[in-house]
Amino acid sequence: MADSNVLERLYRQMLLIRRLEEEAARAYAQGKIGGFLHLYIGQEAVGVGAIAALQPDDYVVTTYRDHGIAIAKGMSPRAMMAELYGKVTGCSKGLGGSMHMFDAEHHMLGGHGIIGAHIPLAAGAAFASKYRKDKRVTLCFFGDGAASIQGFHEGISLAALWKLPIVFVCENNEYSMGTPLSRTISVDDISKKAAGYGIPGWQFRGEDFEEVQAQIGKAVAQARETSMPSLLEVRTYRYRGHSMSDPGKYRTPEEVEEHKKKDPIAIGKQKLVTAGYDEAKLKGIAESVEAEVADAIRFAEESPEPELSLLEPTTYDGPFAS
Amino acid sequence: MREIRYREALREAMIEEMEKDASVFLMGEEVGHYQGAYKVTEGMLEKFGPERVLDTPIAEAGFAGIGVGAAMVGLRPIVEFMTWNFSAIAFDQILNNAAKIRQMSGGQFSCPIVFRGPNASARQVGSQHSHAMEHFYATVPGLKVVAPAFPADAKGLMKAAIRDNNPVLVMESETLYSVKGQVPDDQDAIELGKANVVRPGKDVTLVAYSRMTHVALDAANALAKEGIEAEVVDLRSLRPLDEETIVKSVWKTHRCVIVHEGFPYGGVGAEVADRVQRLAFDSLDAPVLRVATLDVPMPYNAKLEQACMPQADRVIAAAKRVVSRGKA
Repeated sequence: MADSNVLERLYRQMLLIRRLEEEAARAYAQGKIGGFLHLYIGQEAVGVGAIAALQPDDYVVTTYRDHGIAIAKGMSPRAMMAELYGKVTGCSKGLGGSMHMFDAEHHMLGGHGIIGAHIPLAAGAAFASKYRKDKRVTLCFFGDGAASIQGFHEGISLAALWKLPIVFVCENNEYSMGTPLSRTISVDDISKKAAGYGIPGWQFRGEDFEEVQAQIGKAVAQARETSMPSLLEVRTYRYRGHSMSDPGKYRTPEEVEEHKKKDPIAIGKQKLVTAGYDEAKLKGIAESVEAEVADAIRFAEESPEPELSLLEPTTYDGPFAS
Repeated sequence: MREIRYREALREAMIEEMEKDASVFLMGEEVGHYQGAYKVTEGMLEKFGPERVLDTPIAEAGFAGIGVGAAMVGLRPIVEFMTWNFSAIAFDQILNNAAKIRQMSGGQFSCPIVFRGPNASARQVGSQHSHAMEHFYATVPGLKVVAPAFPADAKGLMKAAIRDNNPVLVMESETLYSVKGQVPDDQDAIELGKANVVRPGKDVTLVAYSRMTHVALDAANALAKEGIEAEVVDLRSLRPLDEETIVKSVWKTHRCVIVHEGFPYGGVGAEVADRVQRLAFDSLDAPVLRVATLDVPMPYNAKLEQACMPQADRVIAAAKRVVSRGKA
């Protein structure tokens, strides 16, 4: 049994991510957030458990479903929510939006919008670690939909060839947008592809953050100590559609309800109950999360928008090249 | 001052920058053990070892992306494409990652990376291997694009590209690699975005870059025999574009012909033409003309290939057209 302080911290993180995204969805419906909004709701234990297995200066790279990962990596809820609102106080000054959660201070190398294209980029961060012998590990998340594209193959193939300190984490939420796995890929377990690259790979379920932390921890240790990359598949499920515009009609309500019975946050809560947390203590956690979410929303609402003058200096370092 | 070849100038620039800065490394197909498909990187593996000179598998998107990621966290990669034609495989990495990381991270991350290799036509290598890729890339904000014509510029621009904190694309030319030229012993970086007047003249401005600068010079020499003095502006840098030097020349000559490889639809020539008409409209005595590759995929047949590529005779004809129009 883990230290109850650690349990509480990780449970709280999951709850915070869930509540931030629920409020983001509400703000989106009110027209306060534009563009795409891909929610992580249902998958929180994966990001939180995986990042709990890292050192603070390890690198993380992920897809456009990035809010939860960014928070788990240390981004402040204010910076995340303000970014969704397109405000200059956002993590990326309002220029990136939902899909581009970057946080240099916490070594969060984005939020990326092109499926699979961030996988070689993540391998590049790991390459730099090996080049500098700095002992950092890179954690690269992607979805099951990425397993069919060039970037997946070339990125993992090169990382395997050059033995880069990286862990590839496929968050398999069973749907590539609206298409089930059975109609997008010829294997039922994406980690089986690891064999083709000559690296270790295995599959596990991602509802229990402690289990995720333990499994990812093994892969991270391998990467750090022997520079051996690995390809893991974490089975998970998103409760919402692919993005806000997707009502998810390709799934039955029964299927979604079945998955909600294994809700990562409910599982986390049960762990705290087992560790002796009473109702009052749990309520205290929930209230502090609500206060932090409300503060993030208020901060985003009240923050100024970016000015046009921001555009040129963020396009080029130094004089603008036209 | 020494006379060296274009490929040696590029190599010297890379070696000198790698000696100075341990964060600079080179990767690409056949750059190491094979000594470079065009021998630009000859001897570099022996000099710097396999940790800094990396042979890659044939995976342009993969190694371009690795370069971008490494650059984001502080290394300074030089990524060789065996030819720029193959960069099309990595187009997304350049367009969506290298060019946009800085902006979409709100300026938190930069991408100090050099992509380099031979560009445009070689000799009879057919339609898939003859692309002038600079036109695609020069339209993209976040990127810089250079295309040197002479060894000294190749060295100076390569050094500047490696030191720049932005992605810089260096467009070389297979047909220039063996060209010799004078290079100062202490050739330092040449500021990006500065064109060079390589031949003064008063009657017409010929704007060119890379191998076409040599074609423009040939045309200018032929025109001189007929009493037409062409001024040749070698752009050297396509983005940033030195509109000041171009416009200054056009103010003097009142006529402008742009010469480049690549298709005539859009592209660098169209961009130069736009700037000339906007910034030197009152000075123009004739329409701005472009001499480009013909608007078809490059054929294999040697005669047809030569006919498709911009040649001195087409430049001469265009120059005469604008000169005679002004004087008629």
